[in-house]
Amino acid sequence: MGESEAAEVSACGDTSGCEQAAVRAKARVERTRNVMMIVAEGLKKSYTSGGRPLPVLQSLDLSIEADSFVSIVGPSGSGKTTLLGLLAGLDEPTSGRVLLDGEDIFSFSEDGRAAFRAERVGFVFQTFHLLPTLTALENVLVPLELRGEGNEARGSAVSLLERVGLGGRLDHFPSQLSGGEQQRVALARAFSNRPKILFADEPTGNLDHETGASIVEMLEHLNQEANTTLVLVTHDLALAERADRILTLGGGRVVEDRPGEGSG
Amino acid sequence: MSDSGHKTRQRRTIGAPLRPGFAFRLAMRESRHGLRRIGVYVASITLGVGALVSIHSFRDDFARSVQEEADVLMGANARLSGDVVPGPEIEEVLDSLRDAGAGVARVTTASSMILAPSTESVRLLQVRGIDPGYPFYGDVVTEPEGAWGQHLEPGQVLVDPAVLTQFGVDIGDSLTVGTLTLQIAGTVDDLPTDVAFQTAIGPRVHMSQETLEAAELIGFGSLARHEVFLEIPDENERRAIRDRYDELFQTSDVTFRTAEEQAQSLSNGVRFLGRFLALVGLAALLLGGVGVASAIHVYIREKRASIAVLRCLGAGQGTAFLAYLSQAALLGLIGAASGVVLGVALQEVMPIVLRGVLPVEVTTRISVTSVGAGLGIGIWVAVVFALIPLLQVRDVPPLAALRQDFEPPRRRFDPLRLGAWTLLGASVLSLCAYEAPNVELGLAFALSLAVAGAAIASVGVGLMFVTRRYFPSRASYPVRQGVSNLFRPQNQTISVTLALGFGAFVIGTIVQVEGALRDDLTVSFGSGRPNLLLFDIQTDQLEGIRSLLPLDVRGESETSPIVTSRIASINGIEPDSLRSNPDPAARPEAWALRREYRNTYRSYVGRAEELVSGRWWDGTAGSEDGIEVDAGELPRVSLEIDVAESLRVGLGDTITWNVSGARIPTVITSLRSVDWGQLEPNFFAILEPGVLESAPQNIVMVARIEDPQARARVQRALVGAFPNVSALDFSRVQEAIDAVLSKVRQAVAFLGGFSALAGIIVLIGALATSRMQRLREGALLRTLGARQSQVMTVLFAEYLALGSIATASGLILAVVAAALLMPNVFEIDYTLRPLPILTIWGVVVCLTVLTGLVSSRDLLRRPPLPVLREASE
Repeated sequence: MGESEAAEVSACGDTSGCEQAAVRAKARVERTRNVMMIVAEGLKKSYTSGGRPLPVLQSLDLSIEADSFVSIVGPSGSGKTTLLGLLAGLDEPTSGRVLLDGEDIFSFSEDGRAAFRAERVGFVFQTFHLLPTLTALENVLVPLELRGEGNEARGSAVSLLERVGLGGRLDHFPSQLSGGEQQRVALARAFSNRPKILFADEPTGNLDHETGASIVEMLEHLNQEANTTLVLVTHDLALAERADRILTLGGGRVVEDRPGEGSG
Repeated sequence: MSDSGHKTRQRRTIGAPLRPGFAFRLAMRESRHGLRRIGVYVASITLGVGALVSIHSFRDDFARSVQEEADVLMGANARLSGDVVPGPEIEEVLDSLRDAGAGVARVTTASSMILAPSTESVRLLQVRGIDPGYPFYGDVVTEPEGAWGQHLEPGQVLVDPAVLTQFGVDIGDSLTVGTLTLQIAGTVDDLPTDVAFQTAIGPRVHMSQETLEAAELIGFGSLARHEVFLEIPDENERRAIRDRYDELFQTSDVTFRTAEEQAQSLSNGVRFLGRFLALVGLAALLLGGVGVASAIHVYIREKRASIAVLRCLGAGQGTAFLAYLSQAALLGLIGAASGVVLGVALQEVMPIVLRGVLPVEVTTRISVTSVGAGLGIGIWVAVVFALIPLLQVRDVPPLAALRQDFEPPRRRFDPLRLGAWTLLGASVLSLCAYEAPNVELGLAFALSLAVAGAAIASVGVGLMFVTRRYFPSRASYPVRQGVSNLFRPQNQTISVTLALGFGAFVIGTIVQVEGALRDDLTVSFGSGRPNLLLFDIQTDQLEGIRSLLPLDVRGESETSPIVTSRIASINGIEPDSLRSNPDPAARPEAWALRREYRNTYRSYVGRAEELVSGRWWDGTAGSEDGIEVDAGELPRVSLEIDVAESLRVGLGDTITWNVSGARIPTVITSLRSVDWGQLEPNFFAILEPGVLESAPQNIVMVARIEDPQARARVQRALVGAFPNVSALDFSRVQEAIDAVLSKVRQAVAFLGGFSALAGIIVLIGALATSRMQRLREGALLRTLGARQSQVMTVLFAEYLALGSIATASGLILAVVAAALLMPNVFEIDYTLRPLPILTIWGVVVCLTVLTGLVSSRDLLRRPPLPVLREASE
């Protein structure tokens, strides 16, 4: 990322609106190509509990365009996290399939899906999930090192941490950082491998309102800049509204699919 | 809840690339924090490796020292030895060797009663007649200096320093040796040919060959050792002598041995002892392995979230596994490397611990092989034990990053798990076989460890079942909470039980075996047994000697006549022909065929004997069969069962004995087993009375004289009246054997201490690794309003239950192991010694509770919130 672009994103981060519209417009033009980044077909998932099958997702169909920002909302137990896990290939469906970037991810072995994630997927978790024994910089380097990019990746990891405002805390361990700072490291880590798809599971769930807001702004900007498809699971309706599209789950199905504020 | 995802889909074989570089870097980074918690296990590996390296190095040091000093230890380059005076053919060989420039020196050793007239004390000592020149190598240190060269003066002797203290005499005093009274010219302070055991059994009196002959000690049938020492520096020449005269030496009952061979057999003896010690060291190391397995198990559970995140970020199973495997290897490397340092330090201590048992001054040198082997074995044990819990890494699903409680379905059949167990089993087997004195013993050792491990682990499982089934539901809340901790999810019951129980098992077994060995020795000399053995008695001296005994024991003294005999033929075939039998199964063993037998004749079966097969003279049947052999006109003989096997003979075979030229045919009509450990006159062959009475013979007498003063009086009187008769006071033998055995015990206890220490470290480690879980729990309890004393009671109840039952299981197994080992390996009857067992139990339980409470002291001292924060990191 060039300096000018960084400045642009930074500026937008500070003054809401402004350049965002331009970036979104550019994204929308590209979306007209109608490339579907995520496709789920007949996705079912049930668990066995007490010897009986317990359906969580019931024949769910869904497609998400490339570069779009989609929120998934719904009450507890509606299957949000299960869906996120399946879309990201972290779990296997009882039936159905998921195409990510055109690839049927369940045709891969578990290790194959891991390799796919290393190449094209990023994650942000509610509880940050930084590796407690690694420094901030080392945490950001993990996805890059898993791709076989060693020392040469260090520069981009440092620059990502600088952009989330942690340039001075590269060598701090997670226990030495506040919750907001830890989530910023997690954001830097999520974008470090330049993913095509980013899954975020309640990224502000463990943060106070103000810190959560700044994290969301950062997430949006990094996302738009990198042209990443963002799938966000949240309870926070205000946060969900910032997406291009909002999917509401209930009883293991999509009960509502509507545009969000981001689409306008 | 379990996953019911279908698995029938065809997989593409594409996999995440293995990133060894990343895995290693991650391991190094993680080790900055994570390993500190399980670092205590490093200590258990360190101890095990330390023990092994010190023992291996010591074995090498000993073998090297002995080989380097081979010529000095023998005092010559080769030696001929036998129980009879060399015959004319051997004399011819010696003459020719002397002509060829070889040094030849004779040494004759006999046992004799010696009296010091000035103090009236008397003892059985070894008397050595020595030719000038001996020893050809090494310096003899004497007081006064240089006396070794002059002691051959007629009428003078040199003595070992112990002789002066035992008799209460000084240089210049005299000793009565046989028919002569000789002046003590000095002491021999250091004879380089001495092997420790020789001087421990009996100090010696050194004199010239001529003086020894003049003392008339060596009469008919006397026990004497005749040695000829040779100075032949050229190895080829020595080999040539062996090749040329081997047959002559064999037929003349003379053994030819080079200095190197003697050194080899000396180091073999210590090697055997060293290997036993190595097994004790290995037990400590394997205990460390159990500790590592238990630590890694907890460590991986704690790392579950990190592993799940790694998997989310794209790390393959292989990369994640490799990252944690590297950490286990790193742990092993640190443990093994410090173990090597400890071992090298201990190597210096070993010769001190074993001083008095060793025949040579052992010089220490760092042995690259021992260090390498210790390092390799340490890392290998750490890795191979860590492997099984490490396989859990593969089972951490990436979904666990989203759902912490998510558990994937258990694998029904896991070839890698099976492989890891197989590798562990094979490693333990090979290590035991490698370290043990022989493969069979090693395998038996490994098997008993496996049985012990399995038995203790099942006690752990049983413990969880029993506490759940018979839960003390009426007990107070803290007790119920503590006891329920034994079977709660992620409990440590099995690993702590294994660590504690295994430690208790090893220590309990060592203590019992050692105790039984010591008691057995005391029993052999104990009440009711003879304590004085008189030998070399001539027939006409018997009545005179009886009259020297106190009145009350005269009737109870037992005599056995000894008739020296050789085998003239078996079933009519002469030894030469028997020896050339091509079938090894039918060819008698050479030693049994050639040896000079000291046979006896008597009407009863001895105290240390059991009739096994055939019938005794009076018709008593053997314990296994009572086959009656018709001997016809021939005299009957009873053979010891092992010598019968060596001679390849059985009931009904005939043996013709050569008794001073007369041929006496006999028929084997019974076989006896003999407990040679009992200090009784025991015999290979016993003839029925009425055959040998008129043959040349001497007599052995055993008696029990309780009063030591009376025993000493008898011995003094003997020297004056019957100088050719020797007396062996068993209490002196017991002292000598005790002195040597206490050294061996010291070494075993020294290394057994390693196992004990390793056990304690594993215990501390096992409790320390689960500390976080306990802290979290305790802090929650305190947040909910539990008082310190209540939390303390919870912990106390848990540790007490865990410690008592785990230790008891290990100790019960130790009792079983000792009860099996005693009769089968050491051939001693086993009796339970409850006191040491209860003591070990008490100590280990106290230690468990104490360690548990101390490791949780943070919980009691600090407010709950910081504890919860620390625990959640």
